[in-house]
Amino acid sequence: MPQVRGHHDAGVGIMVICIASGKGGTGKTTIATNLAVSLIGKVQLLDCDVEEPNAHLFMKPEIKHTERVTTPIPEVDLDRCDFCGKCAEICQFSAITVIGKKVLTFPELCHSCKGCMMVCPQEAISEKERELGVLETGLSGPVEFVHGRLRVGEVMAPPVIDRVKEHIDAKKIAIIDAPPGTSCPVIAALKGSDFAIMVTEPTPFGLNDLKLAVGAVCILGIPLGIIINRCDVGDNRVVQYAREENIPILMEIPDDRKIAEAYSRGIMMVDIMPEMKKRLQAVYHRIRELVG
Amino acid sequence: MKELTIISGKGGTGKTSVVASFAVLARNKVMADADVDAADLHLILTPEIKHEEDFKGGRTAQIDLERCIECGDCLERCQFNAISPDFVVDKIDCEGCGVCVYFCPVQAIDFPQNICGKWYISETRFGPMVHARLHIAEENSGLLVSLVRNQAKVLAEEQGLDTIIVDGPPGIGCPVIASITGASAVLIVTEPTLSGLHDLERVGGLAAFFKIPTMACVNKFDLNEEMTDQIEDYCVKHQIEIVGRIPYDTAVTHAMVAEKSIVEFSDGKVSDAIKGIWHKVEQILKD
Repeated sequence: MPQVRGHHDAGVGIMVICIASGKGGTGKTTIATNLAVSLIGKVQLLDCDVEEPNAHLFMKPEIKHTERVTTPIPEVDLDRCDFCGKCAEICQFSAITVIGKKVLTFPELCHSCKGCMMVCPQEAISEKERELGVLETGLSGPVEFVHGRLRVGEVMAPPVIDRVKEHIDAKKIAIIDAPPGTSCPVIAALKGSDFAIMVTEPTPFGLNDLKLAVGAVCILGIPLGIIINRCDVGDNRVVQYAREENIPILMEIPDDRKIAEAYSRGIMMVDIMPEMKKRLQAVYHRIRELVG
Repeated sequence: MKELTIISGKGGTGKTSVVASFAVLARNKVMADADVDAADLHLILTPEIKHEEDFKGGRTAQIDLERCIECGDCLERCQFNAISPDFVVDKIDCEGCGVCVYFCPVQAIDFPQNICGKWYISETRFGPMVHARLHIAEENSGLLVSLVRNQAKVLAEEQGLDTIIVDGPPGIGCPVIASITGASAVLIVTEPTLSGLHDLERVGGLAAFFKIPTMACVNKFDLNEEMTDQIEDYCVKHQIEIVGRIPYDTAVTHAMVAEKSIVEFSDGKVSDAIKGIWHKVEQILKD
C-alpha cells in the first residue's frame, strides 16, 4: 500500500503537493515540472497522470529503473473445482462465472479483492498476475523522477497511481502531477497530499471544472490554493469564485505565446523565463505558510 | 445509425468546442456528453432538462458497531485498507467488493447501493441531448458513460435520428474505453505540442486496439506548424485520416464566455475550418 503520509508535520520541512485542475490542458504539467526544478532542497516529481503522462517530455529524466505494475487475478484449477459457483456469487464485478462444467474469468473486470480465492471451498483458485502498466524511476538533474504508464487498452488506472505514490520519500518535497477530472484516478493522486494546487484558466469550462475539483479536494480535507494560467483571457469569474470561497490565489500567469511555443517543443518555462523560478519559490513559501 | 465519439488523449485540446460546433452543423442527431466527471458541453448548449434519473453504481460497506464483535476478520480480508482499526469503513477507499460483508461472522456489515450521480435527457436549441453528472469522488464513471450512450441510442431510435455525437473524456482509461467501444468512428482533436503528439499516439493506439476507424484534426495548428506536420505524418503512417487543421483564434474563448459555439459566434477562420472538418467527417461516416 502507498506509504502516504498524513497532513504536514510543521517543522519537518518537507511536504507532498499535488497539482490538480479538473479541466485538462490548463497547465498542470507546466506548473508541476517547473515547480520541481525551481525549489531548493531535495525534490521529487511523481507523474500520476498514468493515462497520458507528459512530465517526462519536459524533465527528460535518465530512467534508471523500470518495473512492471501488476495486479492479482484468479486462476482456476479445473481439476480441483467442483463448479459450486460460490466464486461467481461473491464477485461484485461479474469477473468470474460458472457455466455448467466451465469457469470463465474476465480479468479486465477483476478488482483484485481476492474474494473468490477466499470463498472457494476446494481451494481451487490461486493468484496470477495481470499487467496494468509500467513504473519508471530516474533522475532529472537533482530531481528524483517517477512516473507510471497505464498499458494501452487497460482500464484500471488507480492501482498504477498507488504504485507511483509508494515512491514518495518523506525526506523530500514531493510534487505530484495529477490527471484531469474528478473521479477515482484524481482521488488516488490527491489522497494523502498536504496541499493541492489547482491550476485553472479563467474561462467558463475552467471555472466549472475547477469547482468540481475543489469539491473533491474538500472531501479529502486537503488545504488548497489556485494558480490562474492565461489569466488575461476569458473573464474574471474565477477570481470572483476564489474570493467568495476564500481560496488563496497563489499565482497568475499571463497568456504568452513564448510560453506556449516553448511548451509545444517540450521546453521548460523557467528555461525561457528564468524569473519564473523566483515566483515559483514564492508560491512554495506561501504554501508553507498556509499549511504550517 | 452512426455514432461518432470525439476524444483527445490530452485534456484541453478543444474537444468540447469542436463538439459544440458539430451540434450546430449536424442534422438529425442526438448529442451526448460522455465526459461525466468534468462535463462542459452543457455550458454551451444550455440544455433544458426534460427527464432526470439517479445513477446507481456500486455498493459501499457499512459496519454497524452495535452488532460488530470486533473480531477483526474484515480488517484482515480487505485488500484496500479501507477499514480502520476501530472498524469504520473509509467510503473513498472502499472498493465495494463485499468480501467483508460476506465473511462477517455476525452479519454486522450492511452493503447499500450508492447513488453515484444523475443522468438527464434534455432539449437544446440544436435538438436532444443526453448528459450526466457523476457525483464528486465517485467511482463507476465507465458504467455511467455506457448508460449515457445507451440512452442516446434509445432516443435516436425513438425520434428517427440517424447520428449520435459523443463528447468523450480525456485520457485512455476506463471512461474513454467505455465511450469508444462499438462507436462507428472516433475523431481525435489534438494540438501541435510534444504532449499532444505523445498522447495522440496512446489514444490512437487505443482506438486501433478496438479496431475503430479513426480521424484526427490539429487544433491551434499555427502555434507550431512543424509539430503539426509531425503529427500529420504520424497519422498518415498509422491509418488515421486527417480531416483538417484549426487555426488559433481568441474568438474561441470569447465564444465560450458568450455561451455560444464558435460557428454561431463568428464567421471567422476557425468557423470555416470546423465547417470543413464536419463536411469531411460527415462524408466518412456515410461511407
